[in-house]
Amino acid sequence: MMKSLLPQSQLRRSAAAAAARSSGGGAASGGADGAGSDGGAGGRAPAASTFWFLLHALCCLVSLFLGFRFSRLLFVLLFSTTALYSSTSSSSSSAVLRATTTTTTTTTTTTTTTNTITLSFAATANPPPSTSANYTALDSAASGTSGHTQSHVVVGRHGIRIRPWPHPDPVEVMRAHRIMERVQEEQRRWYGIKEPRQVLVVTPTYSRAFQALHLTGLLHSLRNVPYPLTWIVVEAGGTTNATASLLARSGLTIVHIPFPDRMPHDWADRHATENRMRLHALRVIRERKMDGVIVFADDSNVHSLELFDEVQKVQWMGAVSVGILAHTGTAGQPRLSEEDKQNMPLPVQGPACNSSGQLVGWHTFNSLPFAGKTATVVGEAAPVLPRGLEWAGFVLNSRMLWKEAEGKPDWVKDLDAVGENGEEIENPLTLLNDPSSVEPLGNCGRKVLLWWLRVEARADSKFPQGWVIQPPLEVVVPAKRTPWPETTAVLSSELLDTKQDQEDRRLSRTNRSSRSRSTTKRKGDVQGQEN
Amino acid sequence: MMGSRAGWRRRAAVLLLVAVSLSAVLATPAAAASAAADSGEAGRAAEQHSERISGSAGDVLEDNPVGRLKVFIYDLPRKYNKKMVTNDPRCLNHMFAAEIFMHRFLLSSAVRTLNPKEADWFYTPVYTTCDLTPAGLPLPFKSPRVMRSAIQYISNKWPFWNRTDGADHFFVVPHDFGACFHYQEEKAIERGILPLLRRATLVQTFGQENHVCLKEGSIIIPPYAPPQKMQAHFIPPDTPRSIFVYFRGLFYDTGNDPEGGYYARGARASLWENFKNNPLFDISTDHPPTYYEDMQRAVFCLCPLGWAPWSPRLVEAVVFGCIPVIIADDIVLPFADAIPWEEIGVFVEEKDVPKLDTILTSMSIEDILRKQRLLANPSMKQAMLFPQPAQPRDTFHQILNGLARKLPHPEGVYLQPGEKHLNWTAGPVGDLKAW
Repeated sequence: MMKSLLPQSQLRRSAAAAAARSSGGGAASGGADGAGSDGGAGGRAPAASTFWFLLHALCCLVSLFLGFRFSRLLFVLLFSTTALYSSTSSSSSSAVLRATTTTTTTTTTTTTTTNTITLSFAATANPPPSTSANYTALDSAASGTSGHTQSHVVVGRHGIRIRPWPHPDPVEVMRAHRIMERVQEEQRRWYGIKEPRQVLVVTPTYSRAFQALHLTGLLHSLRNVPYPLTWIVVEAGGTTNATASLLARSGLTIVHIPFPDRMPHDWADRHATENRMRLHALRVIRERKMDGVIVFADDSNVHSLELFDEVQKVQWMGAVSVGILAHTGTAGQPRLSEEDKQNMPLPVQGPACNSSGQLVGWHTFNSLPFAGKTATVVGEAAPVLPRGLEWAGFVLNSRMLWKEAEGKPDWVKDLDAVGENGEEIENPLTLLNDPSSVEPLGNCGRKVLLWWLRVEARADSKFPQGWVIQPPLEVVVPAKRTPWPETTAVLSSELLDTKQDQEDRRLSRTNRSSRSRSTTKRKGDVQGQEN
Repeated sequence: MMGSRAGWRRRAAVLLLVAVSLSAVLATPAAAASAAADSGEAGRAAEQHSERISGSAGDVLEDNPVGRLKVFIYDLPRKYNKKMVTNDPRCLNHMFAAEIFMHRFLLSSAVRTLNPKEADWFYTPVYTTCDLTPAGLPLPFKSPRVMRSAIQYISNKWPFWNRTDGADHFFVVPHDFGACFHYQEEKAIERGILPLLRRATLVQTFGQENHVCLKEGSIIIPPYAPPQKMQAHFIPPDTPRSIFVYFRGLFYDTGNDPEGGYYARGARASLWENFKNNPLFDISTDHPPTYYEDMQRAVFCLCPLGWAPWSPRLVEAVVFGCIPVIIADDIVLPFADAIPWEEIGVFVEEKDVPKLDTILTSMSIEDILRKQRLLANPSMKQAMLFPQPAQPRDTFHQILNGLARKLPHPEGVYLQPGEKHLNWTAGPVGDLKAW
């Protein structure tokens, strides 16, 4: 337990005392016992004492080289009785013998010698200095086959058992993983949600440069949700093959809904269109009587997995805290005044509770510091701000939308009555007659479960369709080491010459011009790749 | 008149008949209900996440000791207990603090009696492990003298010790090797249990079969681990257990055992050498701040022996629901008659350590889940803790339960006139010095 504290002097003194008692020739003890043995041998004739001193010094020197207590070994070999050797029959020491031969040696050579010496060490099973009590114990062990009075667990130095191939076995690793899976399944069953409901994820999207980025991220998040999930993707401008192929690769249950209007290039209009797309999705849910918890996952948002665990708790309508990541990092970032920085509240939108855990209001994102400096056009390098309360922060029970559902509360408006007059549906609170019955989730809004972010490229930015490069791009910088094929059927000598000329010209000019040249070239090549 | 009397008798007969039939009717549904409840509970228990624990002494973890025994506490001078704590309050936090907390618990417990004549057990509140070094480690060198001095005091001042030569007294000796009062095993074996404690019941943490320092009839208790500290680190129970085997601690004690093979009988070194490359084994000598949280994310927690076979890791593993893998030959675990440790933990012999991964991965999943259900039993966790103030079914109560199970005292407890068992001058000369 607290052995590190053991004062060496104590050991030495007691060891030396014991050694002196038992052996009488106590000088043959280890380096640490030096002082004691000197004292023990003090009563002898000077010649004998110098002899023992010299012997002790010799033992110390040898120990210094060998790296272990040589004198202890000497003591064992010279002074131990045969009874001790007969106790090698005990199983532990024979196992030790086996083990030491298979011990993988470490770098220093001294350990190899240690291993072989340990054979005889283990025989004693009690390092000196030992006293009469231990000897009698060992004698009884040696004499009795299975000592009832003495346990087979012996004090002393044991070998370190290492198997010949101390590496993991892949079959066992797989078994362990299966065990852990079952354990986690049981944990979920005992402590987790009792009856997990289906999660209906509503995502408005449209085909553009950043769509693949956003949808891939969202796709991976949804694949990790441990509940049955249906992904309802509403696409502006009708369904496209690009989106469809992305969704098909996800392995999730997809409902791909076309939305007739194209996505506008203006942020304000885009927000409005997205809202209409979401309402459209809600109508589809109602028609098909889909059952579950509705989560509004915008394709550029990032969701934590705890969000999906939290939303299982919703009864009719819940609200979670959304972290707002509004700062698009650009060099021309709006310089906020010191005062603005002081007054900047947390970038979180969500429910606000009083001390007893009831909903009393809403935290919204303060957009005043950004007034006038926000982006108006999609793809503009300026912060994109949310409006009021985002749809992403709300969770609905799909039965709330059904025409008839048992237990449907009366503070929910009928879906048909919403959005018919073309009014702006800013957030789902307009679906309710009484917004105070919204349930705050995520430890009463204290835990931010998802992050709202809008990152887009310019609307006219080009990207290869389906992110497959077809036809192959032309060479900008030739690979220096691969030999060019001299003439092939495909590459005529003319093309080769033009390429050579281009290269020469490029090398003689500055970088900028060559880049612009290549962009113009590329532009020409990938015509028709516009989204 | 006649009619009324005859009517009375008839009414009495009818009443008797009704009573008998009612009792019969009530008894069978009660039996049926209890049987149904039992089977229902068994069925529900399989669905539920905890299971009842019953050891070799029966279903005794939840017994209440109040009313089953009476304990008299000797009033020792301050130098034996309170003064030691005042001198070094660190005694309250180290893993041997059980003796201090046991004293405090008994002082205000309902089993305490102020009348020694009606007491079944006598408790001597002497703190033998409160002699700390500057670094906070307890040294046992004075402990035999302290204990001896305390026993001399009580035998001179009260007649109860001499009446039985200490057979109805119990002492709390939570040190490494119990009442052998030494931290080095060979020295402890050499000293043996203090001769004066030969007849007394010892409440200790050390337990190893056929060992000199484990007396028959001793009560083994878990080592003290601060319960508030552990409870402050609970994580939600549905956090998935994603670590297969977890261990944090030393494998080699280079300070005291530079050549290896001595510390832990080479078992810990064997663990390291065999499994340091194994991704299933999260073992290292780190001191991470998330130690308790990590244990709650592990399926198996290793509890190998160190310099002594017991360690607070067992308590931590039980509290955090991690199946303890006990690598200590012949160890006797706490409250072994009340807690069926074979069903709760995995026992691996020291010689089988190189095969530990095979052993653990070849366990059946039903076994593992059952062990987790047993560990989830709140009585199990409670029995390993020393909460202040004491709560029902905690370690203090289990100790009293153990003492109560030893009652009534057997015949030979009370000494015949002229009978003497204890040799007051036995033991090393150094122990006989006064303290």
